[in-house]
Amino acid sequence: MTPELKGFILLSVIKMLAVFTVVMVGVALLTLMERKVSAWMQNRRGPNRVGWAGLLQPAADGLKNILKEETYPDLANRVLFLLAPAMSFIPALLLSAVIPFAAPLPVDFDFTLGPLGAFSYHGMMPMVVADLPIGFLFVLAMSSMGVYGIALAGWSSNSKYALLGGLRACAQMISYEVAMGLSLIPVLLMSGNVSFSAIIQDQQAGLWYVLPLFLSFFVFLISGFAETNRLPFDLPEAESELIAGYHTEYSAMKFSFFFIAEYANVVTVCAMVTTLFFGGWDIPGRWDEQGGVLQTIATGGFFFLKLMFWIFFVMWIRWTLPRFRYDQLMALGWKVLMPLALGYIMVTCTAIYGIEHLAGIVDPKLRALALFGVNVVVAILVFGLLDSNVFIKGSNRRQQTSRALEKRATVTG
Amino acid sequence: MAIGVKVMERPAREVSYVRATLKGMALTFKHMFEPKVTMQYPEEKSTTEWSISQRWRGTHRMLTDEQGRSKCVACGLCPQICPSNCIKLVPGEDEAGHRYPLIYEIDEFRCIFCGYCQEVCPEEAIHVGVHFENAEYSRGRFVYDLERLHSQTHPVSTLWDPSDPRGE
Repeated sequence: MTPELKGFILLSVIKMLAVFTVVMVGVALLTLMERKVSAWMQNRRGPNRVGWAGLLQPAADGLKNILKEETYPDLANRVLFLLAPAMSFIPALLLSAVIPFAAPLPVDFDFTLGPLGAFSYHGMMPMVVADLPIGFLFVLAMSSMGVYGIALAGWSSNSKYALLGGLRACAQMISYEVAMGLSLIPVLLMSGNVSFSAIIQDQQAGLWYVLPLFLSFFVFLISGFAETNRLPFDLPEAESELIAGYHTEYSAMKFSFFFIAEYANVVTVCAMVTTLFFGGWDIPGRWDEQGGVLQTIATGGFFFLKLMFWIFFVMWIRWTLPRFRYDQLMALGWKVLMPLALGYIMVTCTAIYGIEHLAGIVDPKLRALALFGVNVVVAILVFGLLDSNVFIKGSNRRQQTSRALEKRATVTG
Repeated sequence: MAIGVKVMERPAREVSYVRATLKGMALTFKHMFEPKVTMQYPEEKSTTEWSISQRWRGTHRMLTDEQGRSKCVACGLCPQICPSNCIKLVPGEDEAGHRYPLIYEIDEFRCIFCGYCQEVCPEEAIHVGVHFENAEYSRGRFVYDLERLHSQTHPVSTLWDPSDPRGE
């Protein structure tokens, strides 16, 4: 092995350990944050007994869950029952490997480490565990893997509640996968590349994609909620109907694994929102052009801030909105979000063609601004429609329509 | 539609999901900065907003006279009226002819804290108390004997007063 390869491997291992640790600890702290945020929104204080301001609460919860009894339903499929928590947990963690979390770090070292030989690395190290050229497709593929864990958990438990929860999770995640994938096409059209680094670079040169591609962002955010099974789309759990849905039969640490998976998914979706629509680690202005260690730290911090905002947003939504009814969920996915995403692809295609080829604007900033203009018009139209009670109808509206039809039928018949 | 359901015609601003969502989010966000109502129980047991009612009927107290003797004259009214039969009373009589309880035990597990014993007591001796922290390490400790009933220090319940039904 050459010293360069060894240096690369060493750096990769360090990055892997760092990202894994941060994600795991972060996920544990998110459970605390969720409880705190929910408490604040309900004028309560939240957990504040274990450690300073309750900071050790996740550790206490984890300890409790490790010490609890593991129960196995008699007629459960033991192998799948054991496998399911891991299967929902691993894809969630894998996703964190492809998200760039800071500006590339200049690294320059050359040293020998006893029997291991020489290590060296010169140049910019991308601050991402695996800078996959297909980053984006990997995320789409992996995020749909998560459904296996949940579906298997529901199936192998041999319980009707768990099965119903698993079925709902399957249907929901597959339906919203469609809208999610379609909503990301305009991002690809904009950046012309599927790698996250390229997407961030394009946003640095132009505008953050949330402005020129607002509707994409909107659809992605909603399908993100559905993908992570969070309220208002937590039908697979739906404690008022299905006890606890797919993890009804789970106890102790295996139960915790589903929670870790859920929060890891939340982190991933929020990281995706940040990376795809809010410039990733990009800080607006000329700040991030100077390079260096300081820039890596600052951009990493800024990425973290954006990430935390979106995680807070997810929790905010959870403690604001009630759960959807199942048919409303499906109707929203297939009848609203998917046509919206498809229509938006058409609009964006046309707009980008018009801007680049007819108007001849190639400067990324001007192009983004022009698309932003188009987008404002589209957004006003769509939200006007959504707001005017035509697009999504309340049940009273549907009744009115069917009544009107009935009346017409009696009159003519 | 078989059943005629009255359907209200409402303007869009009342039925719009978009506006309802935004309104709800504004509300929850506002609540994050409002004063918290949680009472930190073991440290604070009453706040300006809430304190335990003076009519609370908790574990009993037996009042004593100036010489430290039980006010109870062992008339037997309280075991008679007690609906859960939790009072055990064995009366005794001294040389001067005063009746006093030889044994007076209340099983706090059987007690339903109705407060009848206090209401019926002609000497205002037995009282239910304004007290709720009753944890013990064994079941036996929940049978309060006369000595224990004497040594309780918590305030006694005022019960419900018909002339002041709202407690003003």
